[in-house]
Amino acid sequence: MTFAATRDGYGAALLEMAADERVVVLEADLGKSTKSCLFRAEYPNRTFSMGIAEQNMMLVAAGMASTGKIPFASTFAIFSERGFEQVRNGIARPNLKVHLCGSHGGIHTGTDGSSAQSIEDLAIYRTLPNMTVMHPCDDLSAKHLTVELLNHDSPSYTRTARNKTKRIYTEEQAQTLEIGKFSIVREGSDVAILACGVMVSEALDAAENLAKEGIQATIVDVHTLKPFDHSTMTSIAKKCGAIVTAEDHSVIGGLGGAVAESLAANLPTPLEQVGVKDVFGMSGQPDELMAHYGLTMSDIVDSVHKVVSRRTA
Amino acid sequence: MTGAEPTCELRTVEDLEAIAKGCRREIVKMVKRANAGHPGGSLSVIDLLVGLYGSTLRVTTTDPKHPDRDRVILSKGHASPAMYSALHAFGFIQESDLHTYRVFNGVCQGHVDSKWTPGVDFSGGSLGMGLSFGLGIALSGKMDQKDHFSWVILGDGECQEGEIWEAAMATIHHKVDNITVIVDVNGIQNDDFVDQQMVLGDLAAKWAAFGWKIKEIDGHNMAEICAAINWSKEVVGPCVILARTTKGKGVSFMENNPSFHGKAPDDEEFQQAMEELA
Repeated sequence: MTFAATRDGYGAALLEMAADERVVVLEADLGKSTKSCLFRAEYPNRTFSMGIAEQNMMLVAAGMASTGKIPFASTFAIFSERGFEQVRNGIARPNLKVHLCGSHGGIHTGTDGSSAQSIEDLAIYRTLPNMTVMHPCDDLSAKHLTVELLNHDSPSYTRTARNKTKRIYTEEQAQTLEIGKFSIVREGSDVAILACGVMVSEALDAAENLAKEGIQATIVDVHTLKPFDHSTMTSIAKKCGAIVTAEDHSVIGGLGGAVAESLAANLPTPLEQVGVKDVFGMSGQPDELMAHYGLTMSDIVDSVHKVVSRRTA
Repeated sequence: MTGAEPTCELRTVEDLEAIAKGCRREIVKMVKRANAGHPGGSLSVIDLLVGLYGSTLRVTTTDPKHPDRDRVILSKGHASPAMYSALHAFGFIQESDLHTYRVFNGVCQGHVDSKWTPGVDFSGGSLGMGLSFGLGIALSGKMDQKDHFSWVILGDGECQEGEIWEAAMATIHHKVDNITVIVDVNGIQNDDFVDQQMVLGDLAAKWAAFGWKIKEIDGHNMAEICAAINWSKEVVGPCVILARTTKGKGVSFMENNPSFHGKAPDDEEFQQAMEELA
Protein backbone atom coordinates (compact mmCIF):
# COMPACT_ATOMS: atom_id res chain seq x y z
CA MET A 1 0.00 0.00 0.00
CA THR A 2 1.45 3.36 -1.05
CA PHE A 3 0.45 6.57 0.68
CA ALA A 4 0.76 9.93 -1.05
CA ALA A 5 -0.80 13.38 -1.09
CA THR A 6 -2.65 14.82 -4.08
CA ARG A 7 -0.63 18.04 -3.82
CA ASP A 8 2.45 15.99 -4.72
CA GLY A 9 0.65 14.93 -7.88
CA TYR A 10 0.06 18.57 -8.75
CA GLY A 11 3.74 19.38 -8.33
CA ALA A 12 4.75 16.38 -10.43
CA ALA A 13 2.29 17.43 -13.15
CA LEU A 14 3.79 20.92 -13.41
CA LEU A 15 7.19 19.35 -14.03
CA GLU A 16 5.78 16.97 -16.60
CA MET A 17 4.18 19.86 -18.50
CA ALA A 18 7.28 22.03 -18.41
CA ALA A 19 8.32 21.09 -21.94
CA ASP A 20 5.38 23.14 -23.14
CA GLU A 21 6.74 26.67 -23.12
CA ARG A 22 3.26 28.12 -22.72
CA VAL A 23 3.10 26.81 -19.16
CA VAL A 24 3.71 29.44 -16.47
CA VAL A 25 3.35 29.01 -12.73
CA LEU A 26 2.12 31.58 -10.23
CA GLU A 27 2.48 31.39 -6.47
CA ALA A 28 1.19 33.39 -3.52
CA ASP A 29 3.83 32.56 -0.92
CA LEU A 30 2.63 28.98 -0.55
CA GLY A 31 4.61 27.25 -3.25
CA LYS A 32 6.28 24.98 -0.72
CA SER A 33 2.84 23.86 0.41
CA THR A 34 1.05 23.53 -2.93
CA LYS A 35 4.19 21.95 -4.45
CA SER A 36 4.61 24.46 -7.24
CA CYS A 37 8.05 24.84 -5.61
CA LEU A 38 9.11 21.80 -7.63
CA PHE A 39 8.55 23.75 -10.85
CA ARG A 40 10.18 26.87 -9.43
CA ALA A 41 13.34 24.93 -8.65
CA GLU A 42 13.70 23.83 -12.26
CA TYR A 43 12.10 26.73 -14.14
CA PRO A 44 12.53 29.94 -12.14
CA ASN A 45 12.07 32.11 -15.22
CA ARG A 46 8.55 30.79 -15.72
CA THR A 47 7.57 30.93 -12.05
CA PHE A 48 6.13 34.15 -10.70
CA SER A 49 5.90 35.06 -7.04
CA MET A 50 2.83 37.20 -6.51
CA GLY A 51 3.39 37.59 -2.78
CA ILE A 52 0.58 37.27 -0.29
CA ALA A 53 -1.85 38.92 -2.69
CA GLU A 54 -4.28 36.44 -4.20
CA GLN A 55 -6.57 38.92 -5.92
CA ASN A 56 -3.71 40.28 -8.00
CA MET A 57 -2.51 36.75 -8.76
CA MET A 58 -5.86 35.85 -10.33
CA LEU A 59 -5.87 38.77 -12.76
CA VAL A 60 -2.16 38.53 -13.58
CA ALA A 61 -2.85 34.92 -14.55
CA ALA A 62 -5.83 36.09 -16.61
CA GLY A 63 -3.69 38.66 -18.42
CA MET A 64 -1.09 36.00 -19.18
CA ALA A 65 -3.77 33.62 -20.44
CA SER A 66 -5.09 36.34 -22.74
CA THR A 67 -1.71 36.28 -24.52
CA GLY A 68 -1.71 32.50 -25.00
CA LYS A 69 0.18 31.42 -21.88
CA ILE A 70 -1.26 28.55 -19.84
CA PRO A 71 -1.04 29.74 -16.25
CA PHE A 72 -1.20 27.38 -13.30
CA ALA A 73 -1.79 29.40 -10.14
CA SER A 74 -1.93 27.85 -6.71
CA THR A 75 -2.49 28.72 -3.10
CA PHE A 76 -4.47 27.16 -0.25
CA ALA A 77 -8.04 26.38 -1.27
CA ILE A 78 -9.29 28.82 1.34
CA PHE A 79 -7.08 31.69 0.15
CA SER A 80 -8.10 31.22 -3.45
CA GLU A 81 -11.50 32.27 -2.19
CA ARG A 82 -9.96 35.64 -1.27
CA GLY A 83 -9.91 36.22 -5.02
CA PHE A 84 -13.26 34.61 -5.78
CA GLU A 85 -14.77 37.64 -7.44
CA GLN A 86 -11.57 38.03 -9.45
CA VAL A 87 -11.97 34.43 -10.60
CA ARG A 88 -15.61 35.07 -11.40
CA ASN A 89 -15.26 38.34 -13.29
CA GLY A 90 -11.67 38.18 -14.47
CA ILE A 91 -11.20 34.51 -15.40
CA ALA A 92 -14.47 32.59 -15.76
CA ARG A 93 -16.50 35.35 -17.41
CA PRO A 94 -14.03 36.03 -20.25
CA ASN A 95 -13.33 32.26 -20.30
CA LEU A 96 -9.58 32.68 -19.98
CA LYS A 97 -7.77 29.37 -19.57
CA VAL A 98 -6.32 29.86 -16.12
CA HIS A 99 -5.92 26.76 -13.99
CA LEU A 100 -6.23 27.25 -10.26
CA CYS A 101 -5.15 24.75 -7.67
CA GLY A 102 -6.37 25.06 -4.11
CA SER A 103 -4.38 22.83 -1.80
CA HIS A 104 -5.11 21.99 1.83
CA GLY A 105 -8.79 21.58 1.10
CA GLY A 106 -11.11 20.14 3.71
CA ILE A 107 -11.16 19.21 7.39
CA HIS A 108 -8.43 16.64 6.68
CA THR A 109 -5.97 19.58 6.60
CA GLY A 110 -5.74 19.10 10.36
CA THR A 111 -4.02 21.11 13.04
CA ASP A 112 -4.06 24.48 11.26
CA GLY A 113 -7.70 24.62 12.30
CA SER A 114 -10.85 26.07 10.83
CA SER A 115 -9.31 29.13 9.12
CA ALA A 116 -7.34 26.87 6.77
CA GLN A 117 -9.96 24.17 6.20
CA SER A 118 -12.00 25.17 3.17
CA ILE A 119 -15.25 23.25 3.22
CA GLU A 120 -16.96 25.38 0.57
CA ASP A 121 -14.53 25.73 -2.34
CA LEU A 122 -16.05 23.01 -4.52
CA ALA A 123 -19.51 24.50 -4.03
CA ILE A 124 -18.63 28.06 -4.91
CA TYR A 125 -16.43 27.34 -7.93
CA ARG A 126 -19.04 24.93 -9.27
CA THR A 127 -21.50 27.82 -9.60
CA LEU A 128 -19.33 29.70 -12.10
CA PRO A 129 -20.12 29.27 -15.81
CA ASN A 130 -17.17 27.96 -17.85
CA MET A 131 -15.36 26.57 -14.78
CA THR A 132 -14.23 22.97 -14.60
CA VAL A 133 -14.00 21.75 -10.98
CA MET A 134 -11.92 18.75 -9.96
CA HIS A 135 -10.95 17.03 -6.74
CA PRO A 136 -8.74 13.99 -7.39
CA CYS A 137 -8.34 11.21 -4.86
CA ASP A 138 -4.67 10.31 -5.10
CA ASP A 139 -1.36 11.65 -6.35
CA LEU A 140 -1.31 9.72 -9.62
CA SER A 141 -4.78 10.79 -10.69
CA ALA A 142 -4.06 14.37 -9.59
CA LYS A 143 -0.99 14.35 -11.76
CA HIS A 144 -2.72 12.90 -14.80
CA LEU A 145 -5.78 15.12 -14.59
CA THR A 146 -3.65 18.24 -14.12
CA VAL A 147 -1.61 17.35 -17.20
CA GLU A 148 -4.89 16.87 -19.08
CA LEU A 149 -5.66 20.54 -18.42
CA LEU A 150 -2.96 21.51 -20.93
CA ASN A 151 -5.42 20.96 -23.74
CA HIS A 152 -8.56 21.78 -21.79
CA ASP A 153 -10.78 24.44 -23.26
CA SER A 154 -11.93 26.24 -20.13
CA PRO A 155 -10.56 27.58 -16.87
CA SER A 156 -10.46 25.20 -13.95
CA TYR A 157 -10.24 24.84 -10.21
CA THR A 158 -8.63 21.73 -8.73
CA ARG A 159 -8.67 20.99 -5.03
CA THR A 160 -5.79 19.01 -3.61
CA ALA A 161 -5.22 17.79 -0.08
CA ARG A 162 -2.34 18.35 2.30
CA ASN A 163 -2.06 14.91 3.85
CA LYS A 164 -1.21 11.52 2.48
CA THR A 165 -3.91 8.97 1.81
CA LYS A 166 -3.95 5.57 0.18
CA ARG A 167 -3.03 5.49 -3.49
CA ILE A 168 -6.08 4.29 -5.42
CA TYR A 169 -4.78 3.89 -8.97
CA THR A 170 -1.81 2.36 -10.69
CA GLU A 171 0.10 4.55 -13.16
CA GLU A 172 -1.66 2.80 -16.03
CA GLN A 173 -5.11 3.18 -14.53
CA ALA A 174 -4.57 6.86 -13.79
CA GLN A 175 -3.67 7.44 -17.44
CA THR A 176 -7.15 6.34 -18.49
CA LEU A 177 -8.99 9.00 -16.47
CA GLU A 178 -10.83 11.68 -18.40
CA ILE A 179 -11.88 15.10 -17.16
CA GLY A 180 -15.67 15.05 -16.80
CA LYS A 181 -16.08 11.25 -16.74
CA PHE A 182 -16.83 9.30 -13.58
CA SER A 183 -14.26 6.69 -12.66
CA ILE A 184 -15.89 3.50 -11.40
CA VAL A 185 -13.34 1.88 -9.10
CA ARG A 186 -15.53 -0.94 -7.80
CA GLU A 187 -18.65 -2.60 -9.20
CA GLY A 188 -21.68 -3.62 -7.17
CA SER A 189 -25.42 -3.43 -7.64
CA ASP A 190 -26.86 -2.90 -4.14
CA VAL A 191 -25.78 0.67 -3.54
CA ALA A 192 -23.50 3.24 -5.15
CA ILE A 193 -21.09 5.33 -3.11
CA LEU A 194 -19.88 8.42 -4.94
CA ALA A 195 -16.84 9.93 -3.32
CA CYS A 196 -14.17 12.49 -4.05
CA GLY A 197 -10.73 13.31 -2.70
CA VAL A 198 -9.64 11.72 0.55
CA MET A 199 -13.06 10.07 0.95
CA VAL A 200 -12.52 7.66 -1.96
CA SER A 201 -10.25 5.41 0.09
CA GLU A 202 -12.77 5.54 2.97
CA ALA A 203 -15.48 4.51 0.52
CA LEU A 204 -13.43 1.56 -0.70
CA ASP A 205 -12.86 0.43 2.89
CA ALA A 206 -16.59 0.79 3.51
CA ALA A 207 -17.31 -1.39 0.47
CA GLU A 208 -15.10 -4.18 1.84
CA ASN A 209 -17.00 -4.15 5.13
CA LEU A 210 -20.38 -3.98 3.42
CA ALA A 211 -19.44 -6.97 1.26
CA LYS A 212 -19.03 -9.04 4.41
CA GLU A 213 -22.69 -8.46 5.18
CA GLY A 214 -23.72 -9.16 1.62
CA ILE A 215 -24.09 -5.61 0.33
CA GLN A 216 -22.19 -5.06 -2.89
CA ALA A 217 -21.36 -1.42 -3.52
CA THR A 218 -20.37 0.41 -6.66
CA ILE A 219 -17.67 2.95 -5.80
CA VAL A 220 -17.25 5.99 -8.01
CA ASP A 221 -14.33 8.38 -7.84
CA VAL A 222 -15.95 11.66 -8.85
CA HIS A 223 -12.69 13.41 -9.65
CA THR A 224 -14.57 15.95 -11.76
CA LEU A 225 -17.53 17.67 -10.12
CA LYS A 226 -18.07 19.90 -13.11
CA PRO A 227 -18.81 19.21 -15.89
CA PHE A 228 -20.89 16.59 -14.10
CA ASP A 229 -21.22 13.14 -15.68
CA HIS A 230 -25.03 13.05 -15.69
CA SER A 231 -25.38 10.08 -18.02
CA THR A 232 -23.20 7.79 -15.91
CA MET A 233 -24.92 9.10 -12.79
CA THR A 234 -28.29 8.12 -14.17
CA SER A 235 -27.19 4.65 -15.23
CA ILE A 236 -25.65 4.00 -11.82
CA ALA A 237 -28.81 5.19 -10.08
CA LYS A 238 -30.85 2.90 -12.29
CA LYS A 239 -28.63 -0.06 -11.49
CA CYS A 240 -28.21 0.48 -7.72
CA GLY A 241 -31.32 2.38 -6.70
CA ALA A 242 -29.64 3.90 -3.63
CA ILE A 243 -26.86 6.48 -3.48
CA VAL A 244 -24.44 7.71 -0.83
CA THR A 245 -22.08 10.62 -1.39
CA ALA A 246 -18.90 11.11 0.62
CA GLU A 247 -16.84 14.28 0.64
CA ASP A 248 -14.56 16.24 2.94
CA HIS A 249 -16.61 19.33 2.19
CA SER A 250 -19.87 20.88 3.27
CA VAL A 251 -22.95 18.83 2.46
CA ILE A 252 -24.24 22.04 0.85
CA GLY A 253 -23.38 22.55 -2.78
CA GLY A 254 -20.44 20.19 -3.28
CA LEU A 255 -20.46 16.59 -4.46
CA GLY A 256 -23.66 15.79 -2.57
CA GLY A 257 -25.30 18.86 -4.01
CA ALA A 258 -24.24 18.02 -7.54
CA VAL A 259 -25.50 14.44 -7.19
CA ALA A 260 -28.80 15.62 -5.70
CA GLU A 261 -29.32 18.04 -8.59
CA SER A 262 -28.62 15.33 -11.12
CA LEU A 263 -30.82 12.71 -9.48
CA ALA A 264 -33.70 15.12 -8.96
CA ALA A 265 -33.62 16.09 -12.60
CA ASN A 266 -33.06 12.68 -14.15
CA LEU A 267 -33.97 9.80 -11.85
CA PRO A 268 -35.13 10.59 -8.31
CA THR A 269 -33.31 8.08 -6.09
CA PRO A 270 -32.79 7.85 -2.30
CA LEU A 271 -29.63 9.74 -1.37
CA GLU A 272 -27.66 10.04 1.86
CA GLN A 273 -24.79 12.48 2.24
CA VAL A 274 -21.60 12.01 4.21
CA GLY A 275 -19.92 15.37 4.57
CA VAL A 276 -19.39 18.34 6.84
CA LYS A 277 -22.79 19.24 8.22
CA ASP A 278 -22.79 23.02 7.85
CA VAL A 279 -20.27 23.68 10.60
CA PHE A 280 -16.71 25.00 10.68
CA GLY A 281 -13.82 22.76 11.65
CA MET A 282 -11.19 23.06 14.38
CA SER A 283 -7.67 21.95 15.18
CA GLY A 284 -6.81 18.33 15.62
CA GLN A 285 -5.16 15.40 13.90
CA PRO A 286 -6.87 14.48 10.63
CA ASP A 287 -8.14 11.15 11.94
CA GLU A 288 -9.56 12.77 15.07
CA LEU A 289 -11.30 15.42 13.00
CA MET A 290 -12.65 13.01 10.42
CA ALA A 291 -14.19 10.95 13.20
CA HIS A 292 -15.60 14.01 14.94
CA TYR A 293 -17.22 15.41 11.81
CA GLY A 294 -18.58 12.10 10.58
CA LEU A 295 -16.23 11.58 7.66
CA THR A 296 -15.08 8.00 8.16
CA MET A 297 -15.57 4.59 6.65
CA SER A 298 -18.06 3.73 9.40
CA ASP A 299 -20.09 6.88 8.71
CA ILE A 300 -20.33 5.76 5.10
CA VAL A 301 -21.41 2.26 6.19
CA ASP A 302 -24.12 3.78 8.41
CA SER A 303 -25.36 5.94 5.54
CA VAL A 304 -25.48 2.90 3.26
CA HIS A 305 -27.67 1.06 5.74
CA LYS A 306 -29.94 4.05 5.95
CA VAL A 307 -30.26 4.60 2.22
CA VAL A 308 -30.81 0.91 1.49
CA SER A 309 -33.63 0.84 4.04
CA ARG A 310 -35.16 3.90 2.41
CA ARG A 311 -35.09 2.19 -0.97
CA THR A 312 -36.86 -0.90 0.26
CA ALA A 313 -39.27 0.97 2.52
CA MET B 1 5.76 43.82 -34.79
CA THR B 2 4.48 41.45 -37.41
CA GLY B 3 1.55 42.43 -39.53
CA ALA B 4 -0.14 44.94 -37.24
CA GLU B 5 0.07 48.52 -38.30
CA PRO B 6 -0.74 51.56 -36.24
CA THR B 7 -4.41 52.39 -36.48
CA CYS B 8 -3.90 55.91 -37.50
CA GLU B 9 -1.27 58.35 -38.52
CA LEU B 10 -0.07 60.70 -35.84
CA ARG B 11 -2.68 63.41 -35.66
CA THR B 12 -2.32 67.00 -34.63
CA VAL B 13 -3.50 68.15 -31.24
CA GLU B 14 -6.26 70.10 -32.99
CA ASP B 15 -7.45 66.97 -34.80
CA LEU B 16 -7.55 65.05 -31.55
CA GLU B 17 -9.47 67.81 -29.80
CA ALA B 18 -12.05 67.70 -32.57
CA ILE B 19 -12.30 63.90 -32.32
CA ALA B 20 -12.75 64.13 -28.55
CA LYS B 21 -15.55 66.63 -28.97
CA GLY B 22 -17.33 64.29 -31.35
CA CYS B 23 -16.86 61.47 -28.86
CA ARG B 24 -18.42 63.59 -26.12
CA ARG B 25 -21.53 63.98 -28.24
CA GLU B 26 -21.69 60.22 -28.83
CA ILE B 27 -21.22 59.53 -25.10
CA VAL B 28 -24.18 61.69 -24.15
CA LYS B 29 -26.29 60.26 -26.98
CA MET B 30 -25.50 56.67 -25.93
CA VAL B 31 -26.44 57.30 -22.33
CA LYS B 32 -29.58 59.16 -23.40
CA ARG B 33 -30.70 56.37 -25.75
CA ALA B 34 -30.09 53.72 -23.08
CA ASN B 35 -31.56 55.97 -20.41
CA ALA B 36 -28.79 54.58 -18.22
CA GLY B 37 -25.03 54.48 -17.95
CA HIS B 38 -22.17 56.58 -16.69
CA PRO B 39 -21.78 59.94 -18.44
CA GLY B 40 -19.68 61.73 -15.80
CA GLY B 41 -16.68 59.41 -15.78
CA SER B 42 -16.92 58.91 -19.54
CA LEU B 43 -16.66 62.63 -20.18
CA SER B 44 -13.73 62.94 -17.77
CA VAL B 45 -11.71 60.12 -19.37
CA ILE B 46 -12.42 60.66 -23.05
CA ASP B 47 -9.57 63.08 -23.77
CA LEU B 48 -7.16 60.52 -22.30
CA LEU B 49 -8.51 57.74 -24.52
CA VAL B 50 -8.46 59.87 -27.64
CA GLY B 51 -4.92 61.02 -26.85
CA LEU B 52 -3.87 57.40 -26.50
CA TYR B 53 -5.56 56.06 -29.63
CA GLY B 54 -4.60 59.09 -31.66
CA SER B 55 -0.93 59.35 -30.87
CA THR B 56 1.04 56.27 -29.97
CA LEU B 57 -1.15 53.21 -29.82
CA ARG B 58 -0.13 50.26 -32.00
CA VAL B 59 -3.33 48.47 -32.86
CA THR B 60 -5.01 47.55 -36.09
CA THR B 61 -8.68 47.62 -36.95
CA THR B 62 -8.26 44.77 -39.42
CA ASP B 63 -6.92 42.44 -36.73
CA PRO B 64 -8.08 43.71 -33.34
CA LYS B 65 -6.72 40.59 -31.61
CA HIS B 66 -3.25 40.81 -33.16
CA PRO B 67 -0.90 39.20 -30.61
CA ASP B 68 1.63 42.01 -30.84
CA ARG B 69 -0.84 44.84 -30.32
CA ASP B 70 -0.68 47.34 -27.52
CA ARG B 71 -3.45 46.80 -24.98
CA VAL B 72 -5.84 49.43 -23.70
CA ILE B 73 -7.28 48.27 -20.40
CA LEU B 74 -10.13 50.46 -19.23
CA SER B 75 -10.17 49.26 -15.67
CA LYS B 76 -12.89 51.76 -14.82
CA GLY B 77 -15.07 49.71 -17.14
CA HIS B 78 -18.26 51.63 -16.41
CA ALA B 79 -16.87 54.45 -18.56
CA SER B 80 -17.68 52.20 -21.49
CA PRO B 81 -19.43 54.93 -23.52
CA ALA B 82 -16.06 56.70 -23.70
CA MET B 83 -14.37 53.50 -24.89
CA TYR B 84 -17.05 52.80 -27.48
CA SER B 85 -16.99 56.34 -28.81
CA ALA B 86 -13.21 56.14 -29.16
CA LEU B 87 -13.35 52.71 -30.81
CA HIS B 88 -15.87 54.16 -33.24
CA ALA B 89 -13.79 57.27 -33.91
CA PHE B 90 -10.73 55.12 -34.67
CA GLY B 91 -12.53 52.60 -36.84
CA PHE B 92 -13.00 49.50 -34.70
CA ILE B 93 -16.79 49.58 -34.53
CA GLN B 94 -19.59 51.11 -36.54
CA GLU B 95 -21.91 53.95 -35.71
CA SER B 96 -24.75 51.41 -35.61
CA ASP B 97 -22.88 49.52 -32.87
CA LEU B 98 -23.10 52.57 -30.64
CA HIS B 99 -26.86 52.18 -30.79
CA THR B 100 -26.52 48.77 -29.10
CA TYR B 101 -25.13 50.24 -25.88
CA ARG B 102 -26.92 48.43 -23.03
CA VAL B 103 -29.33 46.94 -25.55
CA PHE B 104 -30.28 43.24 -25.43
CA ASN B 105 -27.57 41.15 -27.10
CA GLY B 106 -25.75 44.29 -28.17
CA VAL B 107 -22.12 44.69 -29.25
CA CYS B 108 -21.70 47.50 -26.72
CA GLN B 109 -22.37 45.94 -23.34
CA GLY B 110 -23.07 48.00 -20.24
CA HIS B 111 -19.48 47.62 -19.12
CA VAL B 112 -16.53 47.00 -21.44
CA ASP B 113 -16.33 43.33 -22.36
CA SER B 114 -13.66 41.67 -24.47
CA LYS B 115 -16.02 38.94 -25.62
CA TRP B 116 -18.45 41.38 -27.17
CA THR B 117 -16.65 44.35 -28.64
CA PRO B 118 -13.81 44.38 -31.20
CA GLY B 119 -10.89 46.35 -29.81
CA VAL B 120 -11.78 45.79 -26.16
CA ASP B 121 -8.96 43.90 -24.47
CA PHE B 122 -10.29 43.66 -20.94
CA SER B 123 -13.65 42.74 -19.44
CA GLY B 124 -14.28 45.34 -16.78
CA GLY B 125 -17.19 46.31 -14.62
CA SER B 126 -15.66 45.31 -11.32
CA LEU B 127 -13.16 47.89 -10.15
CA GLY B 128 -9.57 47.24 -9.17
CA MET B 129 -8.68 44.46 -11.59
CA GLY B 130 -7.26 46.16 -14.67
CA LEU B 131 -3.74 46.84 -13.49
CA SER B 132 -3.25 43.19 -12.53
CA PHE B 133 -4.52 42.12 -15.96
CA GLY B 134 -2.24 44.59 -17.72
CA LEU B 135 0.66 43.35 -15.62
CA GLY B 136 -0.03 39.77 -16.71
CA ILE B 137 0.09 40.84 -20.35
CA ALA B 138 3.25 42.86 -19.76
CA LEU B 139 4.95 39.90 -18.07
CA SER B 140 4.05 37.71 -21.04
CA GLY B 141 5.52 40.31 -23.37
CA LYS B 142 8.77 40.37 -21.45
CA MET B 143 8.94 36.58 -21.40
CA ASP B 144 8.41 36.41 -25.14
CA GLN B 145 10.62 39.43 -25.89
CA LYS B 146 7.76 41.25 -27.54
CA ASP B 147 7.46 44.99 -27.45
CA HIS B 148 3.73 45.39 -26.92
CA PHE B 149 2.69 47.84 -24.24
CA SER B 150 -0.09 47.79 -21.63
CA TRP B 151 -1.97 51.05 -21.06
CA VAL B 152 -4.11 50.79 -17.95
CA ILE B 153 -6.69 53.47 -17.20
CA LEU B 154 -7.87 53.69 -13.61
CA GLY B 155 -10.29 55.96 -11.81
CA ASP B 156 -9.18 57.81 -8.71
CA GLY B 157 -12.00 56.32 -6.64
CA GLU B 158 -10.91 52.96 -7.99
CA CYS B 159 -7.57 53.45 -6.24
CA GLN B 160 -9.43 52.64 -3.02
CA GLU B 161 -9.39 49.00 -4.14
CA GLY B 162 -6.63 47.02 -2.42
CA GLU B 163 -5.85 44.99 -5.54
CA ILE B 164 -4.53 48.14 -7.24
CA TRP B 165 -1.77 48.34 -4.68
CA GLU B 166 -1.09 44.60 -4.81
CA ALA B 167 -0.52 45.06 -8.52
CA ALA B 168 1.49 48.25 -8.09
CA MET B 169 3.84 46.35 -5.79
CA ALA B 170 4.06 43.34 -8.10
CA THR B 171 4.88 45.50 -11.13
CA ILE B 172 7.93 46.90 -9.38
CA HIS B 173 8.94 43.52 -7.94
CA HIS B 174 8.96 41.95 -11.37
CA LYS B 175 10.77 44.91 -12.94
CA VAL B 176 8.09 45.41 -15.56
CA ASP B 177 8.41 48.56 -17.61
CA ASN B 178 6.20 47.92 -20.63
CA ILE B 179 3.19 49.28 -18.76
CA THR B 180 1.78 52.72 -18.00
CA VAL B 181 -1.07 53.63 -15.69
CA ILE B 182 -3.22 56.66 -16.40
CA VAL B 183 -5.41 57.73 -13.48
CA ASP B 184 -8.49 59.76 -14.35
CA VAL B 185 -8.49 61.94 -11.24
CA ASN B 186 -11.97 63.43 -11.44
CA GLY B 187 -12.55 63.59 -7.69
CA ILE B 188 -15.98 61.97 -7.71
CA GLN B 189 -17.12 58.40 -7.24
CA ASN B 190 -20.51 56.72 -7.23
CA ASP B 191 -22.01 58.09 -4.06
CA ASP B 192 -20.21 61.38 -3.61
CA PHE B 193 -16.93 63.25 -3.84
CA VAL B 194 -13.91 60.98 -3.35
CA ASP B 195 -12.77 62.98 -0.34
CA GLN B 196 -16.09 62.29 1.35
CA GLN B 197 -16.09 58.56 0.61
CA MET B 198 -12.47 57.64 1.33
CA VAL B 199 -9.79 60.24 1.17
CA LEU B 200 -6.90 59.22 -1.08
CA GLY B 201 -4.43 61.76 0.22
CA ASP B 202 -1.39 62.43 -1.93
CA LEU B 203 -1.86 59.97 -4.79
CA ALA B 204 1.42 60.98 -6.40
CA ALA B 205 3.30 60.29 -3.18
CA LYS B 206 1.54 56.95 -2.79
CA TRP B 207 2.46 55.74 -6.29
CA ALA B 208 5.98 57.13 -5.90
CA ALA B 209 6.34 55.27 -2.61
CA PHE B 210 5.60 52.05 -4.47
CA GLY B 211 8.41 52.88 -6.90
CA TRP B 212 6.53 54.30 -9.88
CA LYS B 213 7.56 57.35 -11.93
CA ILE B 214 4.93 60.08 -11.76
CA LYS B 215 3.75 62.84 -14.06
CA GLU B 216 0.82 65.06 -13.18
CA ILE B 217 -1.07 66.70 -16.03
CA ASP B 218 -4.25 68.49 -16.96
CA GLY B 219 -6.29 65.58 -18.28
CA HIS B 220 -8.22 67.80 -20.67
CA ASN B 221 -5.18 69.42 -22.29
CA MET B 222 -4.50 67.30 -25.37
CA ALA B 223 -0.97 68.59 -25.83
CA GLU B 224 -0.11 67.67 -22.24
CA ILE B 225 -1.78 64.27 -22.63
CA CYS B 226 0.21 63.39 -25.75
CA ALA B 227 3.43 64.64 -24.19
CA ALA B 228 2.86 62.59 -21.05
CA ILE B 229 2.10 59.46 -23.06
CA ASN B 230 5.33 59.87 -24.98
CA TRP B 231 7.22 60.62 -21.75
CA SER B 232 6.01 57.40 -20.20
CA LYS B 233 7.27 55.34 -23.13
CA GLU B 234 10.72 56.90 -22.90
CA VAL B 235 11.17 56.64 -19.16
CA VAL B 236 12.72 53.45 -17.82
CA GLY B 237 10.41 51.77 -15.32
CA PRO B 238 6.65 51.83 -14.92
CA CYS B 239 4.97 55.23 -15.03
CA VAL B 240 1.79 56.74 -13.67
CA ILE B 241 0.17 59.68 -15.37
CA LEU B 242 -2.09 61.42 -12.86
CA ALA B 243 -4.54 63.27 -15.05
CA ARG B 244 -6.51 65.95 -13.23
CA THR B 245 -9.91 65.94 -14.86
CA THR B 246 -13.41 67.28 -14.37
CA LYS B 247 -16.20 64.77 -14.03
CA GLY B 248 -18.79 65.46 -16.72
CA LYS B 249 -16.35 67.70 -18.64
CA GLY B 250 -17.99 69.59 -21.50
CA VAL B 251 -21.58 69.57 -20.26
CA SER B 252 -22.03 72.41 -17.78
CA PHE B 253 -24.66 70.88 -15.54
CA MET B 254 -22.81 67.56 -15.36
CA GLU B 255 -19.46 69.11 -14.51
CA ASN B 256 -18.25 68.26 -11.05
CA ASN B 257 -21.73 67.00 -10.22
CA PRO B 258 -21.82 63.64 -8.40
CA SER B 259 -25.41 63.01 -9.48
CA PHE B 260 -24.25 62.47 -13.08
CA HIS B 261 -21.89 59.64 -12.18
CA GLY B 262 -24.49 57.12 -13.25
CA LYS B 263 -27.56 58.89 -14.56
CA ALA B 264 -28.92 59.78 -17.98
CA PRO B 265 -30.03 63.33 -18.79
CA ASP B 266 -33.73 64.04 -19.27
CA ASP B 267 -34.99 65.43 -22.60
CA GLU B 268 -34.39 69.05 -21.73
CA GLU B 269 -30.94 68.36 -20.30
CA PHE B 270 -30.08 66.33 -23.38
CA GLN B 271 -30.94 69.21 -25.67
CA GLN B 272 -28.82 71.54 -23.62
CA ALA B 273 -25.92 69.08 -23.65
CA MET B 274 -26.08 68.76 -27.43
CA GLU B 275 -26.05 72.55 -27.80
CA GLU B 276 -23.06 72.87 -25.49
CA LEU B 277 -21.20 70.16 -27.40
CA ALA B 278 -22.11 71.50 -30.86
